[in-house]
Amino acid sequence: MSTTTTSDSRSREKAPAGERVADWADGRLGIYSLAKANMRKIFPDHWSFMLGEVCLYSFIIIILTGVYLTLFFHPSMNEVQYNGSYVPLQGQLMSEAFNSTMHISFDVRGGLLIRQIHHWAALVFLAGMFVHMMRVFFTGAFRKPREVNWVFGFLLFVLGMFTGFTGYSLPDDLLSGTGVRFMEGAILSVPIVGTYLSFFLFGGEFPGGDFVARFYSVHILLLPGIMLGLVVGHLILVFYHKHTQFAGPGKTNNNVVGMPLLPVYMAKAGGFFFLVFGVVAAISAVAQINPIWAIGPYRPDQVSTGAQPDWYMGFSEGLIRVMPGWEVNLWGHTLVLGVFIPLVIFPLVLVAIAVYPFLESWVTGDKREHHILDRPRNVPTRTAFGAAWISWYFVLLVGGGNDIWATHFHLSINSITWFVRIAFFIVPVLVFIATKRICLGLQRRDRDKVLHGRESGIIKRLPHGEFIEVHEPLSQDGLHTLTAHEQYMPAEIGPMVDENGVERKVPGTQRLRAKFSKGFYGEGNQIPKPTVEEYKEITSGHGHH
Amino acid sequence: MKKLSARRRHPLAAVVVLLLALAATGGLYAVFAPASKAQADETAQSLAIDEGQKLYAVGCASCHGTGGQGTSDGPSLVGVGAAAVDFQVGTGRMPAQQPGAQIPKKKVIYSQAEIDQLAAYIASLGAGPSIPTKSQVSPEGADIAKGGELFRTNCAQCHNFTGKGGALTHGKFAPSLEGVDPKHIYEAMQTGPQNMPSFPDTTLSSKNKQDIIAYLDAVNGDDTENPGGLELGGLGPVSEGLFGWIFGLGTLVAVAVWVAARTAKAKKS
Amino acid sequence: MSSQEIPEENVPAERATDEHGRAVAVADETNPFADPGLPPHEHRVQDIDERAAKRSERMVAMLFTLSMLATVAFIASYVAIPNDKSIFVFPIGHINALNFALGLTLGVALFSIGAGAVHWARTLMSDMEIADERHPIEAEPEVKAKVLADFKQGAKESALGRRKLIRNTMFGALALFPLSGVMLLRDLGPLPGTKLRHTLWSKGKLLVNVNTNEPLRPADVAVGSLTFAMPEGLEEHDEDFQKEIAKSALMIVRLQPDNIKDKQELEWSYNGIVAYSKICTHVGCPISLYEQQTHHALCPCHQSTFDLSDGARVIFGPAGHPLPQLRIGVNDEGYLEALGDFEVPVGPAFWERG
Repeated sequence: MSTTTTSDSRSREKAPAGERVADWADGRLGIYSLAKANMRKIFPDHWSFMLGEVCLYSFIIIILTGVYLTLFFHPSMNEVQYNGSYVPLQGQLMSEAFNSTMHISFDVRGGLLIRQIHHWAALVFLAGMFVHMMRVFFTGAFRKPREVNWVFGFLLFVLGMFTGFTGYSLPDDLLSGTGVRFMEGAILSVPIVGTYLSFFLFGGEFPGGDFVARFYSVHILLLPGIMLGLVVGHLILVFYHKHTQFAGPGKTNNNVVGMPLLPVYMAKAGGFFFLVFGVVAAISAVAQINPIWAIGPYRPDQVSTGAQPDWYMGFSEGLIRVMPGWEVNLWGHTLVLGVFIPLVIFPLVLVAIAVYPFLESWVTGDKREHHILDRPRNVPTRTAFGAAWISWYFVLLVGGGNDIWATHFHLSINSITWFVRIAFFIVPVLVFIATKRICLGLQRRDRDKVLHGRESGIIKRLPHGEFIEVHEPLSQDGLHTLTAHEQYMPAEIGPMVDENGVERKVPGTQRLRAKFSKGFYGEGNQIPKPTVEEYKEITSGHGHH
Repeated sequence: MKKLSARRRHPLAAVVVLLLALAATGGLYAVFAPASKAQADETAQSLAIDEGQKLYAVGCASCHGTGGQGTSDGPSLVGVGAAAVDFQVGTGRMPAQQPGAQIPKKKVIYSQAEIDQLAAYIASLGAGPSIPTKSQVSPEGADIAKGGELFRTNCAQCHNFTGKGGALTHGKFAPSLEGVDPKHIYEAMQTGPQNMPSFPDTTLSSKNKQDIIAYLDAVNGDDTENPGGLELGGLGPVSEGLFGWIFGLGTLVAVAVWVAARTAKAKKS
Repeated sequence: MSSQEIPEENVPAERATDEHGRAVAVADETNPFADPGLPPHEHRVQDIDERAAKRSERMVAMLFTLSMLATVAFIASYVAIPNDKSIFVFPIGHINALNFALGLTLGVALFSIGAGAVHWARTLMSDMEIADERHPIEAEPEVKAKVLADFKQGAKESALGRRKLIRNTMFGALALFPLSGVMLLRDLGPLPGTKLRHTLWSKGKLLVNVNTNEPLRPADVAVGSLTFAMPEGLEEHDEDFQKEIAKSALMIVRLQPDNIKDKQELEWSYNGIVAYSKICTHVGCPISLYEQQTHHALCPCHQSTFDLSDGARVIFGPAGHPLPQLRIGVNDEGYLEALGDFEVPVGPAFWERG
């Protein structure tokens, strides 16, 4: 017993300093067990897997710069006179919020840079989340066991939108004030409680003297706090589930192929943080964003044309712009449908994409884990749905910027509005049909490639004069990659009448599910992938050409 | 003749015919159009009015009527004043090329002397605002901040925060104020050209107008500083969003492709 | 995951055969589509040529050095460049020198660290692909059984199921206590009452031109002109200026009386001078894009269009009702005055508007 302790203590004395620190920490935090599982954790390499990192890093950049901005920003709506160094506003009355933002922009060295990094990073954050979400969607990475993480990600996107909106409103400038005014109008349109909600939010009548301070705590504390929690949960789940991968030689549903966290991903992911920060900083050096000095302080009786929210709120702006002005007056009350319907559709647009994974898993009834990603073409209905959703979203974005499109393409604003009103219903359908056909076409091409080989571009003349193009057979890697996907069969509900001629009771949900399933995987909705038999028949026989 | 008909199928024949036709039209136009050489204008006001009337008869009367009383193609010019003429003709809006939602500014085809003659003639039809003096339109000594406030109250709703322009109904638009002669800005406020409402001195004083001009000079002039960098059209979130997507996310995706790409293998190099 | 866990009928049937292996499957006669396994590792130039590796090393070191230099340049710019210095940079234009210098140096400093690290990882760290096993997320049946048993034991010991009185009162208490939190929100703002129905306008209040701060006379307002007015007595530095102007801002235009199509509009006007609320009835933007030839006013936010010659009827866009008109007249001294408050609430519609 005594010998072991002495040898232990001796080895500890000899151990390098770093190890001793690690030992100390392990004795208290158990870091060795934690590191055992994670230090050489494998991450697959693909550029689209880094989109989430873009979001994570821009989120960190936003927090860092945001903390800096709070050191100088005064979230108060007290009226003050501007005496800073920007001449065209000197002597103007403005809120302290606007005044301190002017101070940050013109009188704090580097303040303008940090403000611009904060705002650009926010735009990139939201754009990154959008694209990341679409990557996950189109490759089917949301399937079991990752549904919860899909919901986390979706919540992050929605909360990001509102954090962005509250932040955009803080400087109390003429542009964002107009946005807040719109928000007040939207809240007023809520039946029964709208007026009360509005008075509670603004501490009385619009604009009152409270909303900047209230938005401030929501913007810097409440929403980012929730988001930080979700981000941590999102990352823990990514580690826990291990990353998905595309099909390919050696890659199966039971393994993950790539590079270890230490050292390669530590360097790549760590380096990527600096790359993202560097790019955002450089953009903030060369491109101006939200020049509040040119916009001026908010006054409820002033406005500028081109009043838009930041891009991520643009689709709601589109909804509100193209909605006809319906208003119902009954029994002394007003139902403001022209505002309230867009207010209801706004979350529905987002929820439409959020619930799709659950719809799909219900239709397939598949309870297995999926770690191999789909190529979008191999799941035509999902891909078509996603494309249709994106087109829907972008139609609304166009609607939200209708005045800018009108002036820059010399169009009539009324025609654009009418175009968006019709396109809102038509375009997603057309895009759905077109995307599905493109997917099926690509599936056919893959099938041909597997069965007949790759078109080599070499034209050969046969002895009897016929010209043919030489097809090169695919390598086994290629054959495997193109046939690795699985294809569902449409669910059958069986005959509605049993052998005795009695009507069988099939629940409506089951019938609906069968219908969906046929639409997803039935005939004409996917191209059967080549079978081994087909392949052998063609390659062994005279099928060569 | 035979030679000519033999060559009529030459590939360049169409071009030659087109050029001849253009030359003929141009020649005719040169004959009928107002002489572009300014007449020496050392004479009295009445002479200017006479000259203006001649110019008017050729260039304007077909739409505005022989006496400026207006027709179905153009409004009456009685009482619009010299300022309106100086603005409309001086920015090339008049004579109009074609009817449309709005008559845009284009190349000015009259000399300033001719414009003054036209203005004198129109002013003689009925009293109206006159052309502002140099000191009235000079940004010197004006209150820029007051101008900003006035601009945001009276102008920004159509012309954007700093005068970048904006959309109106059915294809009409409020033009950009970038590079517009202060004199023309003043005249536009005073006379309300086309669909723009007027802001007469009774409601927007001459000093107010000068403040607005000074403000525009400060925020939308040639030397206006955009402290943060590229102005992105000064259009606000739409262009910022596009820039963020294309250059922000676009660059980052390009970087991600580099980070995740396989390093070149020895065999290939 | 075994296939017996798949109760549904429409998962693919042929799957089991080519899905079994993380082991390297050899392609054979029976299945040409089988997984050939991880391809053999190929060396990079840096792996076999020490000179190339040295080049990479120098490159990485150079990037890190560049970052250090850029940080030094950042500090130097911070100290040396005055905050208000403007420079002309082609093609960006006149910009703030300090912002440009700080942003670029910071960008280079950060980007170089990242580029160095990534180049290091790509060219010098091992690029051998490693396969790691996955394990099902679901717990083994024994684990699940143990947990359920533990839970049952705990629940039994708590006697929660047996002592219903405790359970019900506890749920009651937990359900009620958040109400105190909700109550505390009550003082976020006053109750609406009829505040949204009233503005500062009342009989005899003069219409004050916001540009000149002078009361308006009919002669000031020309046909085709556009003027904005606020009620007499409201000053920009008043404490509730923002709140009041948000409701009482006026847009004043003058039409030829025979161009006014709406009878009430004509009655409420004075010699063709009409005063409309400047606040859009859609969601409250100050609407003032007045086209003097068509008499249409367009909202810059959502493009609601109102015909000011026809009772401010909505002719396009999402607004649901006309702009409220203020009845005006002229007082003894010849100034324009209001003949009362707006008869309907200004601004966006709300539930109690009726």
